Amino acid sequence: MRYALKKIATTLATLLVVSMLLFAAFQLISGDPATHILGTGATPERLEALRAELGLDQPLPARYLMWLSSFVCGDAGVSYVYHQPVSSLLAAKIPVTFVLATMSFVLMCAIGLPTGIACAKHAGSPIDRAVMVANQIVMAIPPFFGGILISWAFGMGLHLFMPGGYVSYETSIPHFLGYLVFPSVAIALPRAAQLAKLLRGSLLEEAGKNYARTAYSRGNDTSGVLYGHLLKNAFLPALTFLGMSLGTMLAGSLVIERVFSIPGISSILLASIGNRDYPVVLAAVMLIAAFIIFVNLLVDILYKVLDPRIDEE
Amino acid sequence: MSNLTRRSLLSLSALSAAGLVACGSGQGGSQGGATADTDTLTCGMTQDIDSMDPVKAESAATRELLFNVYEGLVKPDVEGNLNPAVASDVSVSSDGTTYSFTLREGVKFHNGEVVTPEDVKYSIERYRDSTTGGSLVSAFAAVDHVDVVDDSHVDVVLKEPDTDFLAYFAIGITPASVADLEADPVGCGPYKFSSRSPLEKVVLEKFDDYWDAEGAAHIPTVVFKVTTNTDSIGMELAGGSLDLFYRMPEAQLSQLSEDAFTVYEGGMNLVQALYLNNAVKPFDDVRVRQALAYAIDPQQIMDYVSGGKGAEVGSSMYPAFAKYFMPELNDVYNQDVDRARKLLDEAGLKDGFSFTIQVSNAHPQHIETAEVLKEQLAVINVAVDIQQIEWSSWLSDVYTGRKFEGTVVGVDASALNAPSMLSRFASDADNNFVNFSSPAYDKTYASARAATDDAEKTELYKECERILAEECASVYIQDLPSFVALAKRFTGYEYYPLYAQNVATIRPAE
Repeated sequence: MRYALKKIATTLATLLVVSMLLFAAFQLISGDPATHILGTGATPERLEALRAELGLDQPLPARYLMWLSSFVCGDAGVSYVYHQPVSSLLAAKIPVTFVLATMSFVLMCAIGLPTGIACAKHAGSPIDRAVMVANQIVMAIPPFFGGILISWAFGMGLHLFMPGGYVSYETSIPHFLGYLVFPSVAIALPRAAQLAKLLRGSLLEEAGKNYARTAYSRGNDTSGVLYGHLLKNAFLPALTFLGMSLGTMLAGSLVIERVFSIPGISSILLASIGNRDYPVVLAAVMLIAAFIIFVNLLVDILYKVLDPRIDEE
Repeated sequence: MSNLTRRSLLSLSALSAAGLVACGSGQGGSQGGATADTDTLTCGMTQDIDSMDPVKAESAATRELLFNVYEGLVKPDVEGNLNPAVASDVSVSSDGTTYSFTLREGVKFHNGEVVTPEDVKYSIERYRDSTTGGSLVSAFAAVDHVDVVDDSHVDVVLKEPDTDFLAYFAIGITPASVADLEADPVGCGPYKFSSRSPLEKVVLEKFDDYWDAEGAAHIPTVVFKVTTNTDSIGMELAGGSLDLFYRMPEAQLSQLSEDAFTVYEGGMNLVQALYLNNAVKPFDDVRVRQALAYAIDPQQIMDYVSGGKGAEVGSSMYPAFAKYFMPELNDVYNQDVDRARKLLDEAGLKDGFSFTIQVSNAHPQHIETAEVLKEQLAVINVAVDIQQIEWSSWLSDVYTGRKFEGTVVGVDASALNAPSMLSRFASDADNNFVNFSSPAYDKTYASARAATDDAEKTELYKECERILAEECASVYIQDLPSFVALAKRFTGYEYYPLYAQNVATIRPAE
C-alpha cells in the first residue's frame, strides 16, 4: 500500500515537472501561435487581438496555472490549428500509435528472443557467428533508414504494400494492420538485434556459473539446463531492456510515422510543435510521459514477480 | 516451466509470421482494384491545411484546396480574368467607390439554401472584422459599408476610390445561417466538404447543384491526402496511393513512368528573392544591394534547384501576372562580377563582409537557392552563413519581427491585383518586412492607387516595379517551377495565376 502511494506520488511529481519544462521550453523557442496562425497576413492589430483571444497575453505563471487547473479536471483545451477539442483529436490518433508500438514490440520479442536463445545454445558454431555478424549490422541501421529501405524493397520492388497507402482503422482494420507491419519491422529490427545479443550474452554468463554445472551433473541435457535453469535468471536483464524498449518504440514511431506517412500521435506531436499548437503538444507529451512511467512501473512489478528477493525499497 | 516458456515463444513467432503473410497479401490485392477506377482522385499535399474557414485560410495549401469549396461574387480563370460567378453582373460607379452586384438567380449553397444578398453582406462583414478576420482584413478595411439594395442586388461602398478592388470579391461567400465553418464548411463551389481527419486527409464530394454547368466537377470524390514524407512522393505516385501531386520535387520526376503519368510544368506564382533587410548595415546602402544583384546568376540557381526550369524575375511580379510583368527588368543586373566588386569598393567594403541568410527548413528549394547564393557571393568576398529555422520562427523573427539580414523566401499574391505584390514596399506598410523605404516609390504607388484610368494605372504600377528593380529593394531571382504529376487515367489539369488548384477541371481520360 505504502509502495503504491509512493509510486503514485512520484508519477504525479514527474508529470508536473514535465509540464513545467514544456512551458519553459515554449518560452525559449522563438515563434508564437498567433504569428503562426496569421502567417504572412499578420498585422500588429490582428496579432494583439488573437493573442488576447488565445490567452497568450497573460504572464507565463498565470497561463501555466490556467492550463494546469483545466487539465487536471480533464479538459485539455482546444487545438489552435484544428479548432477541435484536444482530447478528441488525440483520441482518434492513439490507436494508431498504440498498435504501431505494440506490433513493433511483439515483432521485436518474436525475432529477438528465439534468436538470442538459439545463438546461446549453439554458441561458437558457424551459424551463431554468422547471426551475430548480421545482428551487428542490423543494430546499426537507424529506424528511419530501415524504413526507407523497406519501403523501397517491399513496396516498390515486391509490391507487398503501397508506400504512403495508409488505411485508417475506421475504414478497414485488416488493411490498417497490414500497412503497419512494415513500419513495425523497421522499428523492431534494430531492437530485436540488441535483444538477441543481450540475451545470448547473459545466457552464456549464466551458463558459466556453478549452478549450471550442477544442473548438468544431475543429468539434464543442454536444453534442459537452458530452459529449466538458465533462462529464468538470464531473463532479468532482458526484462529491463524490454521495458526500456517500449519507450524506444514510441521514440521510433516519431520518425517512422513520418517516413511512412502514418497519422498517429507522433505525427500530430511533431506537426503541433511546428504549428506552436501548445495545447496539443502539452497533452501529447503528457500522454507519452504517463505511458512511459506506467511501463516502468510494470517492469518494477514484474521484477518482483520473477525474483521475489527484490525488496520494496 | 521450461516447456511453457518454449511453447509460448514458438507460438508467438509462428503467430506473427502468419500475420505478416496474411496482411501482406491482403494489402496488395485490394489496392490494385482501388487505383483502377476514376471515381476517386487522390491528391497529395505536403502539409495539412490550416483552416476550413475561407476567412482564416492562410497557407498556400489551404487556399489551393478551398478554391474548390468556396466561390465568390467573381471567380478568377486560368488567364487571370475575373469572371462573374455568384454575381451575374458587376458595375463600378464612375467615381470608383461603389461596386454594384446583381446576384445570379438560384445559386445554391451546399446545404441547399439559395445565396441571398444578406449572405453576401454577412460574408464581407466577416472578412473585414478586425478581430475575427484573417489575412485579408487589411484589404477589407477599405470597405465602408455594404448595402442590401433588394433581394438580388448588393452595393459595396468603399471609403476611397479603388478600381483594383474587384479582385478581392473572389472571396468565398458563405451562408449567414452557418456560424461555425470550421466544423461545418458550407460554400457554393463545385465541390462540397465531406470529411476531414487531421494530418490524414480532407475528402470532398461533387456538388450536384453547382450553378455553372460548364465549370461543374467531373470526378465524384476527391481526397486531399497529407503526405508528410516529401522523399516518398514519387514512390507513392508510382505505387498508386496518389493520383495527383501539384508540388512535385524536380528530383523525383524521373521516378515516374511516362506510361502512367502526365507531367505538367508551370510556375508556382511567387517571387523568390534574396530579400534583404534594407534597414540594417550594410544593406541600407543601395550600392551594396546592387553589388549582390550583379554577383548572382539566376540561371545557375535554376540549374541547381530545378534542373534549369523556372522563370527569371527582375522585380516583385511573377510572369503569370502578364498584365504587369516586365521581362525587361530581368536585365537590369546581368551577372557582372567586376561591377559588383567596384560597387562594394565604392561603398567602402573593399574587403567584403559577411552576413546571415535565414531560411525556413520546410522549404527545400529556398535552402538550395541559399546554397548557390553562398557560392556566388563568395566570389566577391561576401561570406554567407546559412541558418535554417522553423517556419514559425521565420514568421515571428524574420517576417513579423524584421530581425534578420537576408532571407530567401517566395512572396505570393493573395488576390489577382497589382497591390497584392506591390503594396508591401510602401515605406509605411505593415508587411514591409524588408524595410524598403523610397520616397519615389511611395509617391508612384500612391498615384497608381488613386488613378482610375486603367492604362494609366497599369503604367504607374510598372513604374513601381522599375523602382524596386533599380533601387534593388532585394535581389530578385525567379518564379519557381511547379511540376504537376497526374495519373494518365485522368486529364485536364490547369494552372491558375494564383494559388488555386481547381480539381473540377480534372476528368477521366477516355
